[in-house]
Amino acid sequence: MKTFFSLLIICLTTSLFSQPSGKEIINLIDKNLSAKTRIASARMIINGARGSRTIEFKTWAEGEDKSFTEYTNPAREKGTKMLKLEDKLWIFSPSTDRIIQITGQMLRQSVMGSDLSYEDMMEDADLTSHYSASVTGSDTLQNRKCWILQLNALAEGEAYQVRKIWVDQERYVPLREELFAKSGKLLKRTQLSEVEKIQGRWFPMKIVYKDMLKQGDGTQFVFETLSLDELIPENIFSKASLK
Amino acid sequence: MLAFKLALKNLIGAGLRTWLNVFVLSLALFMIVFQSGIIEGWNRQAKADMIDWEVGGGEYWHELYDPYDPLTLNDGHAVLPTEISQLCMDGQAVPVLVTQASVYPEGRMRNILLKGIDQSQNIIKMQTADLKNDSSTINAMIGTRMANATKLKTNDLVTVRWRDANGTFDATEIRIAGIFHTNVPSIDNNQIWVSLDNLQRMTGMDDQATYIILKQGITSTPTVPGWIYKGYDILFKELDTIIKAKGVGGIVVYIILLSLALLAVFDTQVLSIFRREKEIGTYVALGMTRWQVVWLFTIEGAMHSILSVIAAAVWGTPILYMVAKKGFGMPKGIEGYGLTIAEKIFPYYAAGTIITMTLIILITTTIVSFIPSRKIAGMKPTEALRGKVQ
Repeated sequence: MKTFFSLLIICLTTSLFSQPSGKEIINLIDKNLSAKTRIASARMIINGARGSRTIEFKTWAEGEDKSFTEYTNPAREKGTKMLKLEDKLWIFSPSTDRIIQITGQMLRQSVMGSDLSYEDMMEDADLTSHYSASVTGSDTLQNRKCWILQLNALAEGEAYQVRKIWVDQERYVPLREELFAKSGKLLKRTQLSEVEKIQGRWFPMKIVYKDMLKQGDGTQFVFETLSLDELIPENIFSKASLK
Repeated sequence: MLAFKLALKNLIGAGLRTWLNVFVLSLALFMIVFQSGIIEGWNRQAKADMIDWEVGGGEYWHELYDPYDPLTLNDGHAVLPTEISQLCMDGQAVPVLVTQASVYPEGRMRNILLKGIDQSQNIIKMQTADLKNDSSTINAMIGTRMANATKLKTNDLVTVRWRDANGTFDATEIRIAGIFHTNVPSIDNNQIWVSLDNLQRMTGMDDQATYIILKQGITSTPTVPGWIYKGYDILFKELDTIIKAKGVGGIVVYIILLSLALLAVFDTQVLSIFRREKEIGTYVALGMTRWQVVWLFTIEGAMHSILSVIAAAVWGTPILYMVAKKGFGMPKGIEGYGLTIAEKIFPYYAAGTIITMTLIILITTTIVSFIPSRKIAGMKPTEALRGKVQ
């Protein structure tokens, strides 16, 4: 009996020491995903109840507060540009030749009928400074072993009080994320796949967002090219670049 | 008097030509009275409906609230001040809290306004007693327009997502406890009503409201810091603008109708003078001055309008009365136009409008009768007697 307990204690302590804490894991995720700047060309495939459509765009982002997106395809959307500076968003539509500012509640509207709201699309908040994390279990996704993390907001005012993340145990890349309402209702699910090593970081090149309250198969983001921490000229993030 | 008798005799003697003119003029008068009656009836009904369903005896708005700017909903709410709280407790006012939300009927997202109102209120006509919770599910009410747009029915459960006061997403299922029918789309389109305490709890905005509806008949509206009183002049401004625009459109129609009728009278006068030259010469030969003959022909033309007023009264009054009693049905689907308009409009015929329009017709007919008659003043009686065209 004594031997059994000794073995059990050894097994448990070994297991505890091999499993990083939630905080360590989200630190590693942030280190992996949060970049000073990002320049990407991507496709957004919106799978709605009435069929799907693809929109191509190029985006430049700096930190959490600045981003600039230009839609390049299809012809109907070509030339549409979006500029986000802190909590303000401007959209330029070539068909109207006007710059429209979208603020406050309108940031919560869907982007071109996708499963993302404007603020979802531009959210790049690092997890460490906004959430506490605890490991609640493990799972296997895409043939990779994952930690399951529950994230609780450190302060009131976060869009989502509770998040659940499946994190690749080796690469520290989230492979699935679920966002919950205060009531506990599942609101959004994100599946991340096609993880590639880019400039020494593991990065998912395909992200599928699904608004769990809506019909349809969600919205896919497929990165064609992605470069991180490149210097972006300051004039990109100015209203002058919209026209 | 002789001129009037003579004019009447001549008119009746002209037979069908006179009665056609009289009928066209009476039709114009009827249409003008009818149309203005419909617009005035709509105006009165719409305002009465708005008072009953939406604005009561006026409203207090939070100073940052603007119903035409959804961005103001973030900050346009506050804890009720003591003066207004007292009014609410006395049953003289009801607070309403407004927040933006999304509803997902059949998995389709729809952005809406989620409004909270005291379920025990009797300030507006909405049967808010249905909002009382009989289970853990939140009861809600929607209008028929919203029900049609979302295909929601009574007892349906639907998911609503909103943000609380701190901006955190929350979502729950609500039950459609009742569907109300109102002519006022501004409390129906894209709106879901829940009880005030539920919405305050859901959003974490305890004891707060966005606007307050006062009971009808309240005369005292003290200045309350942070809140702005909105009287009927502000609350009806949009409706008044629409009615005014419709009124202007109506005037265009009146002018067209009246012009057509007056053109007929004018033509008749021209034709009369052309065909009755010998008669004109005879009048002068018998001792009438040329201006007396002009006067005679002008009265003759003007009497068309008097006869038309009588004719309009004879055949138009029963129709106008019947429409006023039974109402004038609006086309199906008018609900979707976003206007406060009833399915049936009961016209209101203002005496002032009828008198004004009658006078306008009398004066304009007299003028158009006089214009061609002036030609008589330039006629040579001898030539006229011989029937020579001048």
